[in-house]
Amino acid sequence: MKTTQNAIGGKMREKRKSHFIRQVKRSKYLYLIFFLPLCYYILFHYWPMYGIIIAFKDYNVVKGILGSPWVGFKHFEKFLTDPYFWKLVRNTLLINIYGLFWSFPAPIVLALLLNELPNRGFKKFVQSVSYLPHFISTVVVCGMIVNFLSSDGFVNQILIALGRERIQFLMRPEWFRTIYIASGIWQNVGWGSIVYLAALAGIDEELYEAATIDGANRWKQMIHITLPGIKPTISIMLIMNLGRLMSIGYEKIILLYNGSTYETADVISTYVYRRGLLGNDFSYATAVSLFQSVVGLILLYTSNKISNKLSETGLW
Amino acid sequence: MSKTRKIKMSTGYKIFNVINHILLLILVFVTVYPMYYIFIVSISNGIYVSRGEVHLLPKGITLSAYKTVFQNSDIWRAYLNTIIYTTVGTAINIVLSSMCAYPLSRKDFYGRPVFTFIVAFTMFMSGGMIPLYLVVLKLGLIDTIWSIVLPPAINTFNMIIMRTFFQDIPVSLQESAFLDGANDLQILWKIILPLSKPIMATMVLFYAVQHWNSFFSALIYLNSKSKYPVQILLRNIVIAGEFADQQTSIGNVESNFAVVAMNYKYAVIIISVVPILMVYPFLQKHFAKGVMIGALKG
Repeated sequence: MKTTQNAIGGKMREKRKSHFIRQVKRSKYLYLIFFLPLCYYILFHYWPMYGIIIAFKDYNVVKGILGSPWVGFKHFEKFLTDPYFWKLVRNTLLINIYGLFWSFPAPIVLALLLNELPNRGFKKFVQSVSYLPHFISTVVVCGMIVNFLSSDGFVNQILIALGRERIQFLMRPEWFRTIYIASGIWQNVGWGSIVYLAALAGIDEELYEAATIDGANRWKQMIHITLPGIKPTISIMLIMNLGRLMSIGYEKIILLYNGSTYETADVISTYVYRRGLLGNDFSYATAVSLFQSVVGLILLYTSNKISNKLSETGLW
Repeated sequence: MSKTRKIKMSTGYKIFNVINHILLLILVFVTVYPMYYIFIVSISNGIYVSRGEVHLLPKGITLSAYKTVFQNSDIWRAYLNTIIYTTVGTAINIVLSSMCAYPLSRKDFYGRPVFTFIVAFTMFMSGGMIPLYLVVLKLGLIDTIWSIVLPPAINTFNMIIMRTFFQDIPVSLQESAFLDGANDLQILWKIILPLSKPIMATMVLFYAVQHWNSFFSALIYLNSKSKYPVQILLRNIVIAGEFADQQTSIGNVESNFAVVAMNYKYAVIIISVVPILMVYPFLQKHFAKGVMIGALKG
């Protein structure tokens, strides 16, 4: 009995094994094709992820990642007790929350306005123009900001013409967030509206016809048909934005900030850049950035959960 | 919008329609004017600019700023570097992205869920700036073109758009080729890629613009001035206001250095943006499609 069972088991194992080999063989060219991309992901994504362990070590270039001594949570304790770190958290959160408040609704409003246009040609024209800034580099946008806001720049010329005082915009911490967010809207409002326009195009035309017959005016149609129609898109975009509350693109800030605006402009990622790459404090900077991405993941997970409960839409 | 909605145009709607047009025209103006302003300043006489007399039309048209820019050999070299980084980088992007997207688009690719996870996971988690820098350092890529073109070789989001496109190509085409004795490599090369020209055009534009505009990787990975791309030079001239090398040549062109500085900066901006503006009509045509695919099915 036992021997037969073993024999059957062995046969099945063999069968499974041969099935496995057959499958792999069938896909062999696909593996060949996939080999280089896989190498890419391992080299430039998973190897750096492995490198995160230097956050728990005192990394030393000579000793390498493995040879450097473990220090546990030393770096985390250090920055969690550092008052400047909390200033960075505050700055990161504030710039994102204000950004969410102003930049998030802007493309939705633009999409709704474009959608109400009876004239297709004009709609196309506005769209083409409004996408353009998205393709202009951060350096150029910041160059424009710096020069327009300089003491003899375009904006100050207007202020003088209106009989006001000159303002050194980029030297004043209280102006930084406004400049950052407003220029962000300028650059991305058109591009951001594409997703909503796609969602609007997907709304069933018959719903509007039925509503018109029932005597609903345009405003009512918008409240009861258009907005519910793009609600899933809005919630997905909102989740993605909430997940990003703790992170922020550093490129633009690095180009725009200076010592006198650190008060409001210095955020976690710029600090990581200065501490890590300019100050060569690799382990400490990695610990800070790990803290940031872990909090970011928790935020993303939580907001997705909430959205799943409330509106049954989510990223996963 | 459709004809049915046009029939009923109440007075309220007419008023709204007028306001809507005005709002959108303001948006168009606000979008275009800063770029237009830079252009007219760059070709105006610096004296009028500093007096604040240039608003809608260029005044005292002169190309001296452009002459100065073109006399600067650093700019030529940076321009050439950017062209090299963009071409090589985009070629690598397209090859690797399609090689990644095609197997993942095949339902019979054994191990597909695992590989999809490996790839998609990187959208949520990354090593961060410092560990990536250390990898680039370890691979000996610092201060070479490879530090610029290899780390962003596949943009996972773009790759998924590509995969979605491949998935929508009828499987029957591939099956019949398979029966004719073609292997997966031949199918990819002879069937999939020729049918994917629209998505490839979109991807080329996406990736190329990304390379053209990228500045941060050059900032952290490149040390030699001779390897700088345009964006770094632009930052040094336009934002940091470095004129050390140019000062003398500008001094020759016009007497007042400060007056010309602004024209010079704006001329550099225009020169760096022109290629983007030239491909923009094509971008316009293709990218919206790409974004839609990504947004709806990603």
